[in-house]
Amino acid sequence: MSEETSIDIDYVATLARIELTDEEREQFSSQLEDILDYFERIKAVDVAGIEPTAHAFPIYNVWEEDVPEPGLSPDEALLNAPEQRGNQIVVPKVVEDA
Amino acid sequence: MSDLYYQSAAELARLLEKGEISARQLMQSVIDRTHSVEEKIHAFLRFDPDEALVEAEKSDQRRAAGKSLGSLDGIPIGLKDLICVSGQGLTCGSRILENYVSPYDATCAARLKERGAILWGRLNMDEFAMGSSTENSAFQTTCNPWNTECIPGGSSGGSTAAVAAGETIAALGSDTGGSIRQPASLCGVVGLKPSYGLVSRYGLAAFASSLDQIGPITRTVEDSALILQAIAGHDARDSTSFKAHIPDYQAALKAPPRRWKLGLPREYFAEGLDPEIRQAVEKAVDFYKNEGCEIVEISLPHTELALPVYYILAPAEASSNLARYDGVRYTHRSERAEDHVDLYFKSRGEGFGQEVKRRIILGAYVLSSGYYDAYYLRAQKIRTLIRNDFMDAFKKVDALITPVSPTAAFKIGERLDDPLSMYLSDIYTLSINLAGLPAISVPCGFTSKKLPVGVQIIGQPFKEAEMLSIANLYDSTHRFGMEHPEL
Repeated sequence: MSEETSIDIDYVATLARIELTDEEREQFSSQLEDILDYFERIKAVDVAGIEPTAHAFPIYNVWEEDVPEPGLSPDEALLNAPEQRGNQIVVPKVVEDA
Repeated sequence: MSDLYYQSAAELARLLEKGEISARQLMQSVIDRTHSVEEKIHAFLRFDPDEALVEAEKSDQRRAAGKSLGSLDGIPIGLKDLICVSGQGLTCGSRILENYVSPYDATCAARLKERGAILWGRLNMDEFAMGSSTENSAFQTTCNPWNTECIPGGSSGGSTAAVAAGETIAALGSDTGGSIRQPASLCGVVGLKPSYGLVSRYGLAAFASSLDQIGPITRTVEDSALILQAIAGHDARDSTSFKAHIPDYQAALKAPPRRWKLGLPREYFAEGLDPEIRQAVEKAVDFYKNEGCEIVEISLPHTELALPVYYILAPAEASSNLARYDGVRYTHRSERAEDHVDLYFKSRGEGFGQEVKRRIILGAYVLSSGYYDAYYLRAQKIRTLIRNDFMDAFKKVDALITPVSPTAAFKIGERLDDPLSMYLSDIYTLSINLAGLPAISVPCGFTSKKLPVGVQIIGQPFKEAEMLSIANLYDSTHRFGMEHPEL
């Protein structure tokens, strides 16, 4: 296993905002090392001068006229909200106490 | 006449049109069949017989009044549980969406409704379509109707198992790296992945947006054409929807057969292909040869890079797409959260299953600072090379013929602890998503253990009509998708 493919699982889980159990952390570390080793083969390919493909058929700048259309009502939009009050979604306090 | 639930959609449409059967009779037959076999198959996450019968009666009334909506009017079609239907649940096979109710219709669902199809039930899947066996569903493991100790393939395994078991006439699935074609092959039914951009993704829960496509799962190629006709076409609500001319696919099937030039990519018949699968696929190739088609061996030199490229790009897109499941606006919200950031960590940690977490972590890693160029950007460049391989091949041939899956259905649990071996199930299908091409899996026989085998026809971009015509040449004379498992 090469040095450069080692993965700092806690750092990446923090980037992804996912809580992992100890068991998952251990299991993923070894599985992801195997997968990254498998990825090594892409490094041998000469990609000089090759344009990247983001979508198979490039469609750029799709414009629509800015015409008002019926959308979801507040009730429909809040249908799945875990907690709501006065047509707004309730979340834990974001601002620190002074 | 054999049981209605095992007829093709096209045949049922003819019977409905002639008044020989009613939509209610058909729906009741499908409901009875589902009640009798579902405890062995576990294909459905939810279904509502009462509502389906109400819709069937409306269909009969329309037809009686001379106002039939066409050949899909009254045909039951199941949906993979990641396609929105207004007022119905949608889980994506995940705990994080366990109580979610769609506030609107996906475009493909709306188009089926407009044509009178009866949306019959919600079909099981690997969580967020990540998997090749449907074992990653948070709710249940679906069994292969041909051998209930085996997986049905995935991620659209609920859809393909339901069609194979006679629990629906047809279904819609989604295909990001093979998720329609691989389970179709393993369950002995027809599965079509359209060109990227042909079918609107509006209302499809996103996995990897540059690769995802919705497509039909049916018993015959003719049925595949029938349903594709209904769901294909431009939609302003999907910004990657392509403004392509939509030909008459069924008319294309009736056109006189041509002597097609078909390519066999040698990389798809190399090491790793099960000899029984090879034999079945080669027999299908021989059929085309006998029909006067020219068979040409070709090369797609970057094939072995498709798997690593796919497993860099798809998780990268997924890690970004699945950021929306944060416990704030909808989805599961953790009760243990201490502050708003902790809410994200705990809601996602509790709500997502292992494979989804593994892929989000992998995606976040390949996109992270210092690795972006080495993995993500490089993979996007190799994606160009993979697409160029196909485009070069299509200068010489009309379409390609390959296996769909390197093996037949494997045993439940067999590959669960080894993600890389599971990923290899899609080795012949994922290049097609990277290149944005249409492809169809057609049943072409059985192994010695009576497990289905599929052959894949890969078409040129937006030439579904040609691809269907080639596939139908074989299917209309073999009809392996009309053979039934003993249940």
